[in-house]
Amino acid sequence: MASAFKTVGAPASERRRAPDRYRDLTLVMATAAPVVLLLIILILLQQAWPSVTHFGLKFLVTRDWNPVTLHFGALPGIFGTIATSLLALVLALPVGVAAALVLAEQGQQAIRGVLGIGIELLAAIPSVVYGIWALYVLGPWTFQHISSPMADRFTNVGWLSEASPRSLFTAALVLAVMILPTLTAVSRDVIRSIPRGLKENSIALGATWWETTWGVILPAARAGIFGATILALGRALGETIAVTMVIGNNYQIPPSIFSPAYTLASVIANEFTEATGTLYPAALVELGLVLILVTLTVNVGALLLVRSATARSAI
Amino acid sequence: MNRNVTRQSTSIFAIGAAYGLTGVALVPLGLVLVFTIARGLPAALHPEFFTNVERPVGVPGAGIAHAIIGTLILVGVASLISIPIGILGGVFLSEYGANRWSNWVRLACDVLIGTPSIAIGLFAYALFVLPFHHFSGLSGSIALAVLMLPIVMRTTESAVSLIPPGLRESGLALGLPRWRVSLQLILPAAAAGVITGALLSVARASGETAPLLFTAFGTPFLNFDPTTALNALPLVVYHNALQPYKDLQDEAWGAALVLIVLVLLINLGSRYVLRRQLRFAGQM
Repeated sequence: MASAFKTVGAPASERRRAPDRYRDLTLVMATAAPVVLLLIILILLQQAWPSVTHFGLKFLVTRDWNPVTLHFGALPGIFGTIATSLLALVLALPVGVAAALVLAEQGQQAIRGVLGIGIELLAAIPSVVYGIWALYVLGPWTFQHISSPMADRFTNVGWLSEASPRSLFTAALVLAVMILPTLTAVSRDVIRSIPRGLKENSIALGATWWETTWGVILPAARAGIFGATILALGRALGETIAVTMVIGNNYQIPPSIFSPAYTLASVIANEFTEATGTLYPAALVELGLVLILVTLTVNVGALLLVRSATARSAI
Repeated sequence: MNRNVTRQSTSIFAIGAAYGLTGVALVPLGLVLVFTIARGLPAALHPEFFTNVERPVGVPGAGIAHAIIGTLILVGVASLISIPIGILGGVFLSEYGANRWSNWVRLACDVLIGTPSIAIGLFAYALFVLPFHHFSGLSGSIALAVLMLPIVMRTTESAVSLIPPGLRESGLALGLPRWRVSLQLILPAAAAGVITGALLSVARASGETAPLLFTAFGTPFLNFDPTTALNALPLVVYHNALQPYKDLQDEAWGAALVLIVLVLLINLGSRYVLRRQLRFAGQM
């Protein structure tokens, strides 16, 4: 009897499903992403190791960059990276949020379609094209019409003096243009995901467009817009080529925003192919490691913020 | 009454400001396009610009054929690596994606999209240039593939998950194995979205400079061999723009124009594919 039962059907736990090879294959392919990410960090760490052990934490707070005496410190690069990115955010944020508000509105889809395509094309232009444009057009123009007059006017204000055509300010301007599409697209999605009832209630109570926007929509979208801002910050921190072409490449903590400076990514772009020996290339890779760890932290934080902001409204 | 007038006019002013700022956002787009066309067109109008390679400064007739070929090879190889992996990975995320590991994969993709491309260049250098002691197009392609992979994966996932579950269920109900349902029913139905994602990643890779600086490196010669150094359009723009000679700067603008036309064409093409698909879906 017992054996007869077994031939009819084994208990569910013993019954073997046919192996789903397709699932296994696609699983391996999907796993490529986290594996590559991990590999990037590990390999950069391995390449930077001579410098990590030689300089220790001092690397992050010293200002020298001398390939002859082999003294390397990342502080001016870190400062330049953060300063350009934050300045770019300040410049891009009002424009980005305004554009997101306009794009998230209902109705008049023709105009919005054109504006949306324009902003997406802004994201499609390669970094190096922004670079050459900023180098020959934007940089000279801002030098002549913004930085020089400002520097002449405020000679005794340290951080506005000493204008130069290639400067931290020019780099921040280009960055602002480059992060605008990210900022706009993510903010627009966040604003769109706000429950419509909120807005309709406000309008039903007689609030004007501005009162609805300022009093209801923006507070509801605050966390998501903050996330979009941080995401854009992550993009700005890692941007290399356009910044390298206009920042002036001077390894210093600049006295003024109109002075030449340097960013972590630019130092690597300019010097890595010429770096010889052990410690010099390792120090450059350590700059890359610092950069990648900072952007990683910033991005993960931003993604979690955006995700929770857009998921909440789905409920 | 007076208060209401103030409220309304504030609101109208705010609407105007919002539209105005949106317009401001588009000013740089116009300026970049206008200047690239105006300064790039003189160089790009000569036919030999597309057939010749680099010439010494002062010798007329320099071209960017080597860079165009290089970009095609670099991006082609990168696509061959990243698009199949990306599509299958994206299929996993949408078909079997309701688990914890898939969330990690998604997070890794999103983080990878935001990873500085110069760091990816360093990674490719350490893995594929250092051991062989010379720069190579293949190492550049690997770097570009790392950039493209997460884009393809995420867009494939969202394109596939837009397909109505009825299609999958009817396939499974007919007794088709899961892989046939996925490859022969779902992917063709989601083709437009998947192709759009792939095209966008190709456009992005074509314009990247930073990961190629110390992998593909650049060469002044016409070269079809990806195991040696290759040139690329963005590299030509970058290197020549920073030279003090007007000839080279003009070449840089010309190459920038070619690059921008290429990238915008791919972008508009992907938009066209997607729109056709949406129209098709609307009829269903």
